[in-house]
Amino acid sequence: MSNQLRIALWALGAPVSVGLIGLLISAMPLIDSNFFFTWGYYLEVVTTGLLTGVLYSLVALGFVLIFKASGVFNFSQGAMVLFAALFFVGFMDKWGLHPALAFLLTAGVMILLAMLIERVVLRPLVNQPAIILFMATIGITYFLDGLGQTIWGSDVFTLDIGLPKDPMFLMEGTFEGGVMVNQFDIVAAVAAGAMVIVLAFLFQYTRIGRALRAVADDHQAALSVGIPLKTIWAIVWSVAGIVGLVAGVMWGSKLGVQFSLALVALKALPVLILGGFTSVPGAIVGGLIIGAGEKIAEIFFGGYIGGGIEDWFAYMLAMVFLLFRPQGLFGEKIIERV
Amino acid sequence: MSFRKTLTMAALAGVVGAGALAPAPAQAQENGQYMPQMVYRTGPYAPNGIPLANGEGDYLRLLNERDGGINGVPILIEECETAYNTDRGVECYEKMKNGGPTGAAQFSPYSTGITYALIERATADQIPIFSMGYGRADASYGKVFEYVFTAPATYWAGADAAIQYIKAEEGGDLSGKKIALVYHDSAYGKEPIATLEHLAGQEGYNLSLFPVPHPGLEQKSTWLKIGRQVRPDWVIMWGWGVMNQTAIKEAAAVGFPMERFIGNWWAGAEPDVRPAGESAIGYKALQFHGVAHDLKVHQDMKTHLYANGKGLADDESQVGEVLYNRGIVNAVISTEAVRTAMDHFGNKPMTGEQVQWGFENLNLTAERLEALGLTGLMSPLSLSCADHEGGGQARIVQWDGEDWRPASDWIVPNRAGFLSEAYEASAMQYANEKGLTPRDCN
Amino acid sequence: MIYREAGQFKTSYARDGGLYPIRQDRYGLIVLLLVAVFAVPMMSEYWLVTIFLPFLVMAVAALGLNILTGYAGQLSLGTGGFMACGAYAAYKLATAFPDLNIVLVFLGAGLVSALVGILFGIPSLRIKGFYLAVATLAAQFFILWLLNKVPWFVNYSPSGVISAPPRAIFGDIYVTGATATPEAKYLFALAVAALLALAAKNLTRCAIGRSWMAIRDMDIAAEIIGIKPMATKLGAFAISSFYCGIAGAMWAFIYTSSVEANAFEISRSFQVLFMVIIGGLGSILGSFLGAAFIVLLPILLKNAPEMVGLSIPVDVIAHIEFMIFGALIIFFLIVEPHGLARLWQIGKEKLRLWPFPY
Repeated sequence: MSNQLRIALWALGAPVSVGLIGLLISAMPLIDSNFFFTWGYYLEVVTTGLLTGVLYSLVALGFVLIFKASGVFNFSQGAMVLFAALFFVGFMDKWGLHPALAFLLTAGVMILLAMLIERVVLRPLVNQPAIILFMATIGITYFLDGLGQTIWGSDVFTLDIGLPKDPMFLMEGTFEGGVMVNQFDIVAAVAAGAMVIVLAFLFQYTRIGRALRAVADDHQAALSVGIPLKTIWAIVWSVAGIVGLVAGVMWGSKLGVQFSLALVALKALPVLILGGFTSVPGAIVGGLIIGAGEKIAEIFFGGYIGGGIEDWFAYMLAMVFLLFRPQGLFGEKIIERV
Repeated sequence: MSFRKTLTMAALAGVVGAGALAPAPAQAQENGQYMPQMVYRTGPYAPNGIPLANGEGDYLRLLNERDGGINGVPILIEECETAYNTDRGVECYEKMKNGGPTGAAQFSPYSTGITYALIERATADQIPIFSMGYGRADASYGKVFEYVFTAPATYWAGADAAIQYIKAEEGGDLSGKKIALVYHDSAYGKEPIATLEHLAGQEGYNLSLFPVPHPGLEQKSTWLKIGRQVRPDWVIMWGWGVMNQTAIKEAAAVGFPMERFIGNWWAGAEPDVRPAGESAIGYKALQFHGVAHDLKVHQDMKTHLYANGKGLADDESQVGEVLYNRGIVNAVISTEAVRTAMDHFGNKPMTGEQVQWGFENLNLTAERLEALGLTGLMSPLSLSCADHEGGGQARIVQWDGEDWRPASDWIVPNRAGFLSEAYEASAMQYANEKGLTPRDCN
Repeated sequence: MIYREAGQFKTSYARDGGLYPIRQDRYGLIVLLLVAVFAVPMMSEYWLVTIFLPFLVMAVAALGLNILTGYAGQLSLGTGGFMACGAYAAYKLATAFPDLNIVLVFLGAGLVSALVGILFGIPSLRIKGFYLAVATLAAQFFILWLLNKVPWFVNYSPSGVISAPPRAIFGDIYVTGATATPEAKYLFALAVAALLALAAKNLTRCAIGRSWMAIRDMDIAAEIIGIKPMATKLGAFAISSFYCGIAGAMWAFIYTSSVEANAFEISRSFQVLFMVIIGGLGSILGSFLGAAFIVLLPILLKNAPEMVGLSIPVDVIAHIEFMIFGALIIFFLIVEPHGLARLWQIGKEKLRLWPFPY
């Protein structure tokens, strides 16, 4: 199937399935007379879910970049988000730097970190089984958690880069009370979207991007045509670090910069398996599906079984998808031979 | 690295390690009252744990600097990091329980999980566990929980106080009102549910429950439901850590009025509201102690400790923050229990068993609090063999963007009747499971 | 020289297939067990309660995960969930049947966990590798949520904390509850861990273990030579969860004696995974070495500055501890990716020739 056709199919299918699920839920009041449903509210839930999903995608993106280029399941992405956010907010608060300058400086720190990781961790572990590399990234997680807190302390930092926070009401004419959307979420979604487009360009149209794709396809073939594997890895980790920085700024201004920020990685994992470990568009679509799915499940059905189901629901949803497509929605087909 | 080198290094590490594992006997030779502190200055809850530990530690140091200890017996202070982690807490307990000349005077675990894990051990070791405003609410029933103290208020008493406040604000009638509880989905968060449900039957309000899974980074669905579907008149929150800031932000994002949003005492400190910025203005919190910056005790801290660079907090301005004050209150109650014990047994280091007697005979009158420079920070307390809660009071405070301001008078939780019956029933269930016979308190 | 097996003749097949064909190994193990049974209980309560108990409990959990990940090749992050299952099942059994012997309670807890393990092992028939690892997180989150949500599991206690009732193993030798002495708890945990380790060692040497390893090394090839992937994988999940369940029950009953579901959250699963990988995938000894390493290292790092007389604030120690812990994991992976067990094996080879290597 050609790419255009696929995109068209998704573009058409997504709203249709959202509508169909809405129709199904709108029939719920027939079963339970106390069930609360209006189309305005449903739209609100779906929009909120999608916008949250974009933020999940932002974290998942970092995982995908690294897995694609080096086959490493980088568990430290969450710690990198925290680490970057700590440096960003530290530069701003303790050194009094301008946000833009702090951003650049932090990006520099992340690049340095990427080079260090490549030199100290990845290079000696080359050709080791995937699980060993995975463990090494858990080691990196611990190290970064400790280092970030040693330098900047474990207090909670307020991160305010002047993003709007008030709710906004759309389509007040169509639905009673309108559809409430949080402006902050929209800004965050736009930033994430911009990030993805930039990355897509980087991958598609630059020399480095071509080298990255070559490495992703086949390490050895890439090496043999003269692509410097080590440089590419350092670049990929840098890019993942900068994606982590953007995610850290977004999540940090939502939650305040603190240790718990590292836990956003757990929200990104179901996105990752749903979308496939190797696909950038997969991370985006996965994030949207998980975001909207978990919100719909929690709000409309969570009440029946005690609530608080979001966490495992996301994993269950991803698992059900996996049963039909074991490589994720957009992952490369796994071909096995004896 | 050659194999031999590795082996030598491993052997060396083993030898050094085995030595390091044995806990250093904590200041065993010195004479003094050993008061160990369990703290969590790291990990996900560090923003709350740091001021708590500073307040408690500073007060103990203040006693040493200003008065030369408790009744002239110097205090031996030691901190142990738990990271809010139960197994670490148990390790700290085992390491410190025999410290000093007479062992640990008491432990304040600052974590419901650690408290649960220590109740049996400490009872067997005869060391009081002082779980101030956390842990098991039914431990207030002293006939079963001999070595556990819950003064000045439990979660159940707190839930009752919150409802009393809401009732007063609503003009004395709650029938038909809608109240929502947003809670951390853990042992801690579930504590107030039974009380709130009972009161719902009595007062006629509708209670809806909103569990937030740990750690609570993502609460959009909870608040969409509250703000757009259920639209309760009041929201009570039993939150912890990052969950609080997120909840306040999301509540603002759905336009829920902050004046009708009440957090409990672990959801009502500066680290909870500051990250939310302006959206937190008007947010209320339930406290079992007052808010104050400039009491005599704070001034003493500044002159005796911070002027000499001996204070624990990074900055003098942190003296008097909510959690710092809570650390002080914790240290005041435990040191006054030790003092009570010394008044009875003589001015020498007390054993855990003697401190337990001190707790049970603790009577912090208004005059005593005035003398300690704490008027306004604490309400009077009086504990007994049967009552380990001591009749503490609670009040509602409100965040104005800069500081917490009192928003209500002291509220006396309605302990007679329902609460004390619930304590007894729950404690007796525990006693039955454990095969304990409640002691006689006459 | 030390490990020289010259002069040790095996005269029967049974002896050739014995667990420890080399005499030194046999004697070493016996000495180790004697020390564990007689010398260790003489140590202070601190050692028993905060070092040996968690070590034994976590070693059992690591055995469980090693069976699944190290022998059968199925990466799992649901260990915490299965441990929670065991802990709560043991609590329900012990409170529902107060006269049931604690050994039977533990066995029952293991069986319940095994059933749950089979249930959550089903996706492994289709999903592999890291996808499976993340899918097992579904088990982790779902089980904890369920235990938190259904009051029946905690006998309707309002806070959802379970607290182990006192139980004796025979007569009035209590091994759980407040009246149990640390020595009794330790010896009971030691017995459980030793028996389970023996069982695991033998399991991995018989047909079941061989089919696990075949599936691990290449599942398609294994299927072609007639190993049923479904039975093998689900069997591995069942037995692994059985071990984890017993570890959970030990945690709740012997170690902390009261527990809430959050004690078995995701970080517990990672902790066990560390043990298995640091100790050595596919090695029974490795499970014990890894557990010792991961349980001891943080305590060691925490107490080390005090030892050498430095007084560093506790928070700085904790941060540095994190860094050292992370760095050591990376260091060990680089030096010996096959874990501590492999290091031991190399050591034995060297000792065999020492002091005349050539």
